[in-house]
Amino acid sequence: MSHAGTVAQPRPAVAMNAQLTGLRDALHAEWTKLRTTAGPAWLLAATVAATVAASATVTAAVRCPAGSACPVDTTKLSLTGVEIGQAVVAILAVLAISGEYSSGMMRITLTAMPRRITVLAAKAAVVGGLVLAAGTAGVLGSVLAGRLILPGHGFTAARGFPLLSLGDGPTLRAAAGSVLYLGLIALLSLGVATAVRESAVAIGAVLGLLYLFPLIAAAFTSPHWHRHAEQIGPMTAGLAIQATTGLRSLPIQPWAGLGVLAAWSAGALIIGGLLLRLRDA
Amino acid sequence: MSAATVTPYPPGQQAGRHGFAQVLHAEWTKFRTVRGWVIGLLVAVLVMLGLGVLTAGAQSRSCQHVGGGPLRTGRACVPTLPVGPGGEPVDDSFYFVRQPLAGNGSLTVRVTSLTGLLPPANPNAPSGPNGPAATRPGLVPWAKAGLIITGGTNQGSAYAAMMVTAGHGVRMQDNYTQDTAGEPGAVSAASPRWLRLTRSGGTITGYDSADGTHWTQVGAVHLTGLPSTVQAGLFTTSPDDDVVSQSFGGTSSSGGPTQATAVFGQLSRSGTWPAGTWTGDNIGGSAAKASGAGAYHQTGNRFSVTGSGDIAPVIAGHGNEGDPDFTITDFLLGTFAGLIAVVVVATMFITAEYRRGLIRTTLAASPRRGRVLAAKAIVVGSVTFVAGLVAATAAVIFGTKLGNKGSYVFPVSGLTELRVIAGAAALLAVTAVLALALGTVLRRSAAAVTIVIVAIVLPYILAVGSILPVGVSDWLLRITPAAAFAVQQAVPQYPQVRALYSPGSGYFPLAPWAGFAVLCGYAVVAVALAAVLLRRRDA
Repeated sequence: MSHAGTVAQPRPAVAMNAQLTGLRDALHAEWTKLRTTAGPAWLLAATVAATVAASATVTAAVRCPAGSACPVDTTKLSLTGVEIGQAVVAILAVLAISGEYSSGMMRITLTAMPRRITVLAAKAAVVGGLVLAAGTAGVLGSVLAGRLILPGHGFTAARGFPLLSLGDGPTLRAAAGSVLYLGLIALLSLGVATAVRESAVAIGAVLGLLYLFPLIAAAFTSPHWHRHAEQIGPMTAGLAIQATTGLRSLPIQPWAGLGVLAAWSAGALIIGGLLLRLRDA
Repeated sequence: MSAATVTPYPPGQQAGRHGFAQVLHAEWTKFRTVRGWVIGLLVAVLVMLGLGVLTAGAQSRSCQHVGGGPLRTGRACVPTLPVGPGGEPVDDSFYFVRQPLAGNGSLTVRVTSLTGLLPPANPNAPSGPNGPAATRPGLVPWAKAGLIITGGTNQGSAYAAMMVTAGHGVRMQDNYTQDTAGEPGAVSAASPRWLRLTRSGGTITGYDSADGTHWTQVGAVHLTGLPSTVQAGLFTTSPDDDVVSQSFGGTSSSGGPTQATAVFGQLSRSGTWPAGTWTGDNIGGSAAKASGAGAYHQTGNRFSVTGSGDIAPVIAGHGNEGDPDFTITDFLLGTFAGLIAVVVVATMFITAEYRRGLIRTTLAASPRRGRVLAAKAIVVGSVTFVAGLVAATAAVIFGTKLGNKGSYVFPVSGLTELRVIAGAAALLAVTAVLALALGTVLRRSAAAVTIVIVAIVLPYILAVGSILPVGVSDWLLRITPAAAFAVQQAVPQYPQVRALYSPGSGYFPLAPWAGFAVLCGYAVVAVALAAVLLRRRDA
């Protein structure tokens, strides 16, 4: 912040314009940083690969033998890989900020762009946009894998499992929601990493936040507590967006669940932003 | 490497200076003096303890008196289960045609038929006071009838029995948990089975035969504390038809009490056992599970015995009324949370050196790189083991205390408790070493932490969360490092009791130490790779 005084003060009439230019410059700077280091590109590729590979493997492992009823949500099954993909997304988002702290680059970034919230917003926009793009590829690949694999494993239209298609409303919602889910996980990870700075601690905190709620829910045999634990967990609530059958028995409705995750992400970004403003870099 | 640039030590100190003890001491000092790492371990301990206590406290039984009455909660609703000679809670209800027999001797009988009744296929059919009436002909696979010698008619008495079963051939079973297979195949009038039980002191030997002349010994067991006068005779029992199916949405169960009827003939005695009159008793007949439909009918030396219930260990974790609410494994839920903290600390123990360049100093001071890695592994492994031991012991002790206040905690032997607690600590320690090794290989915290946590925790979540079908879950828990959670399994799986033994209800596909060995295998490979790379690469 102390460097802010050295920047030429824009006149009030053009202040708004300057702020916009600032955000555009920040976006350009963040985009250049991510584009010109090898890590992010690999991690984005890994997100797509891990999502599709895990989805295809799990889908291929499930069969519906003739003559038995299979209470399977085939859409949700085909999107299982998102559970692995989100871990890679978390690494990418955490490194986007803690990588700068570990190399000392953060001081240069904040010297060049003293508006810290603008820096965080630019990072969120660039990382979020890239993750949405990679997530779209991963989710489309998963749906395609499900479409190719499922009919051969007994999940045929004749038995009440129509071919997976994005023209089907709930499937489209599940697929698009899964992409948004990955984007929100990226924002959550970015917020946590901004708050704790150290990459190992940040990734541990993010994974703990995601994984502990389903474990706690599983430990509660009382249905009341079980439901509540699933309703407030970022992963358990957020992944409700993938369900296309049995919506009544879900602990939380699909879009409401994604809303819970969005609240977690917003909370993490706000805390991260506040700490970024208040602390020395 | 750069050892030549190190200032020579004063004479006298040189000898042992590069010794392993010094390296170990240096690594211990590093660990001890970084505040964040010590806090990380404390967090692991507190989270493990907190989650264990939370699990135990978040549940209390509630029940209503039969026929209405106020809803009650807590200890008053906890059932008392009979306890077998091994200390485990047991089911012990059957129809017993018996007489007291003193001294040594043997009983022989021929079984010609085993038939029975199952609950109605439609669970909504009108039911009687004992639940749905058993109305459909048929048998559950573990319906059983035969000869039994028992220490008394109290539930939980020591016993040995030879029996025919509906789906598992002739068996010899004793003291609820032991089960030995005899001749296979179902019994019928065309293909009868002869059974024989011989008592000699505390030893009971079982034989079977297909023709009554050629006998095969099935097993010999020693029952401790068997009185000189035992209760011996014929029994029939048939466990509940408990059909539990697991689907993606969770588990669902249906079924109800069943009954079985066996026809015996040519009952004969030998040894010091005199002829006497037989009496029939429903052992444990009032138990909620049995339909109470036991009876016997005697015509000369031909008996028809009908019974319901089971003589078997109670299976934990099925959510039925009267079943235990907790095993001590439930109080160790926090192992997962502790694991995450431990992985972060163990990874940083090496990656922080790379980040700050300290690794060059470390390797300059101790040029034998394998030793440095070994010292780090020992330090981080033992520190996490001790922390894990403290946390697991406290979680189990407090969890059991709290759980027993309002619920039923499945009792286990001291040895099992020790294995579960030490297993949780060892799990943390080996995971820490794995994280350290992976951190050495990758030199990047974020990737190493993520890989270890995802490899250990995610398969378990996928397996227990009813997200995947049972077959896929079982394989995940065989080949991934998550197999190690088997070491926390507190109750064994009994093949002679039909139940849904799934990871979700606390049963792992691998034996406790076998599962732990899988994790150790991954750790060994990672450490070997780390040692090779540490030597080959520039720091």
